[in-house]
Amino acid sequence: MKTITQNDIEDIALGAALLGTGGGGDPFIGKLMALSAIEKYGDVKLINIDELKDKQKAATFCMVGAPTVGVEKLPNFESLEKAYEEYQKYYGSNIEAILPAEIGGVNSMIPFVLAAMKGIPIIDADGMGRAFPEMQMDTFSIAGIPNTPSVFADEKGNSFIIKTKDSEATEKISRALVDTMGGSLINGVYLLDKSDLNKNAVPNTISLAKKIGRIIRTSKTAVDELVNDYEMFQLFNGKITDVDRKTSGGFVRGTAKIEGIESDKNKVCTIEFQNENLICLVDNQVMCTTPDLITLIDKETANPLTTEGLKYGMRCSVIASKADNRWRTEKGIRTVGPKYFGYDYEYVPVEKLIRDRV
Amino acid sequence: MAYKLGIDVGGTNTDGAILDEQMNVISSFKSPTTDDIESGIKNVIEMLLDDIDFDKSEITHAMLGTTQCTNAIVTRKGLNSVGVIRTGAPAGTAVEPLYSMPDDLLSVIGENTFQVRGGHEFNGELIAELDEEKIREIAKELKGKVSSIAITSIFSPVNNEHEIRTKEIIEEIWDEEVAFSLSSEIGSIGLLERENATVLNASIIDVARKTIIGFEKALEQNGINANVYFCQNDGTLMSKEYTLKYPILTVACGPTNSLRGASFLSDFNNAIIVDIGGTTTDIGVLNNGFPRESSLSVELGGVQTNFRMPDIYSLGLGGGTIVQIKNNDFQIGPDSVGYRLPAEAKIFGGDVLTVTDIAVAKGVLDLGDRTLVEDLNTRLVDEIYEEILKMIERSIERMKTSAADVPVILVGGGSALIQGDIEGASEVVNPGNGGVANAIGSAISDISGEVEKIYNIDPGERENTLAEIKKIAINEAVEAGADKDKTEIISFEDVPLAYLPGNATRIKVKAAGPLRK
Repeated sequence: MKTITQNDIEDIALGAALLGTGGGGDPFIGKLMALSAIEKYGDVKLINIDELKDKQKAATFCMVGAPTVGVEKLPNFESLEKAYEEYQKYYGSNIEAILPAEIGGVNSMIPFVLAAMKGIPIIDADGMGRAFPEMQMDTFSIAGIPNTPSVFADEKGNSFIIKTKDSEATEKISRALVDTMGGSLINGVYLLDKSDLNKNAVPNTISLAKKIGRIIRTSKTAVDELVNDYEMFQLFNGKITDVDRKTSGGFVRGTAKIEGIESDKNKVCTIEFQNENLICLVDNQVMCTTPDLITLIDKETANPLTTEGLKYGMRCSVIASKADNRWRTEKGIRTVGPKYFGYDYEYVPVEKLIRDRV
Repeated sequence: MAYKLGIDVGGTNTDGAILDEQMNVISSFKSPTTDDIESGIKNVIEMLLDDIDFDKSEITHAMLGTTQCTNAIVTRKGLNSVGVIRTGAPAGTAVEPLYSMPDDLLSVIGENTFQVRGGHEFNGELIAELDEEKIREIAKELKGKVSSIAITSIFSPVNNEHEIRTKEIIEEIWDEEVAFSLSSEIGSIGLLERENATVLNASIIDVARKTIIGFEKALEQNGINANVYFCQNDGTLMSKEYTLKYPILTVACGPTNSLRGASFLSDFNNAIIVDIGGTTTDIGVLNNGFPRESSLSVELGGVQTNFRMPDIYSLGLGGGTIVQIKNNDFQIGPDSVGYRLPAEAKIFGGDVLTVTDIAVAKGVLDLGDRTLVEDLNTRLVDEIYEEILKMIERSIERMKTSAADVPVILVGGGSALIQGDIEGASEVVNPGNGGVANAIGSAISDISGEVEKIYNIDPGERENTLAEIKKIAINEAVEAGADKDKTEIISFEDVPLAYLPGNATRIKVKAAGPLRK
């Protein structure tokens, strides 16, 4: 068990932005909420999955909706409280620990707020190991644990619990409700014990985010360290020359073109994104695809860049890393592979793509 | 004949330039910046008026670019005490206003924050009715306690009625003057950054007033009776009244004016500008005559804001940069003798080897006493000079957005240090008057108008909607004093909002044009 300090929160948020692969919402707001909650309610303890007692149950809590709404209409503590209490009431049992639904982006921070408020620990794990846009896209759902019932609460005191036939239905129904209720809600889901978590959660991702964040914040050679010590790959160095965004099916789809500099001079890198970065091509050759992680980071500061923030002229490095093995299964690839997002590429693990290229 | 007077008050120097109707620079000077601002401006105006023989009553426009507000925020000096009101509860309460601000700033502006029921959803619906009774209570509580009030409402860029109503209620209760800063007029979507910028704006109202009065006095003392304008971050102008309300919009005008001035002097609209000073070389990019903006959100005095600033790369290389030689090896910078160059450089009889000395030894610059650097090894001088060029070339390469060569424009006091070809440059231009590019940038600034809102665009209606939004921006610019025939759209940005149906799109448009004659 470790106590999470304010510095840890800074680092986790920064690392979470990298693991957010361009999406997942801006962790800046989540960070301030977490810092503010810790200041107001007290410290948060981080535990490993194995530190959970046999009968204790954990749930995931996150924000759902449009990141653009989330940065303007911040949540309140009451909506988290409401979601938590309604969920306990529904199950008639206590939620004694929580974990992030996704480690990427703003949702890495929401559990810290609730954990501080309720004085319960956070589990060092999450349900994605990155960020994905839809609710059925987590390691619990693909393991056959549907995300139902699922509780939602807004900042005005409204809440609802939906029971659905499967995780895809939860996604579809809740999306319509989120829109009606102002575009951004708190969501709580799953009731997991130690064995569920050991089998199905992506472990140690909060610690991982913290280490990555610390490197970005303190190291002058952040990219080298990430590549050497964290099994990441540097795919490209360049300058963004074009960003084309379109709304389709409720998501921001787009393409960023990056012209190479330094050793990548005279090459062109193309990033396809849908909230998150999903495909990376260099001179039309596939270098990495979802579910493996693709993140653009600022060339100077190594700060991760969000797909919303991409702009003409930015100098960046494209960094990739391996997705959790659960995403590399047939079911995982069906759920979050290139074809699901409408790209006609076969999934090939990033390390193999890189090996074959050289 | 009508003349324009441009002034730029920098940290070290106050620069001035006078332009005629055909935009010819007829005089320019530099004079040290003074603590009271006013006498520094007065001095440089006197130098300008002494230099040329003309009827000073024909100076019709006077423009001031200044970093006074920026300095006040950074040094926490002369700031207003600020009342901070956010309408949006019950939403948003998880992060209180001012939460992310540094303590030393809070100890100056105070921690008078309030969250009131009100605000809007992304689609303009109410989060809650505005709690007017509560605002009346706050107004009474703040009376006499603060001199400036910052008001932010959730989704006010979509609907600002609660900010306006809050201001009205306070005005009904207060009889004395108080300055209001409304977030919808200052920033874009992103509550905390916008709120921070609004609070910073509220905190520099007095500093702005003092600067404005100082400028007017300096003009008056020199018998100049001109329309007064102030430079904004994006190279456009504001009226005195607007500057008093939104001084925060002046915080980055220094580098902007330098880039725009260089563009004007060289006649290039798309180029890389290399501004070589005493300690640093600032490199920026001109796109269609305006600075390329930085992609990162900007921290100002330790406060996160969502302002866009010009994208500037600062290289630790200037005329005063110290060159160390050990055996046959050398190191350039990053330390600099700065303004002590005339006392410490070798060519002036000092004992510090500087970049200026190298340029003189190399023969590219005729300054001071060349015999004092004659003992330097010629081959080493060549190598050092080569490395100086390389440092600049590498920095230019970083700022370029395509592999194609682009024009490079050299300005600033140190621009004479550079001679010869620069790799990556299609041509190297060293325009006259490059030393006072800032003041010239200030004199040639445009008038602008801006619109930023979330629109629901019907698929078939995109073209029409965009055309209408652009028209609103142009009208705003014209109303602010721009020449209708020459006003055009200078920036356009649309970001579709994720997850929301109905093609909700955030659109930001800015139009600008030269001052109407």
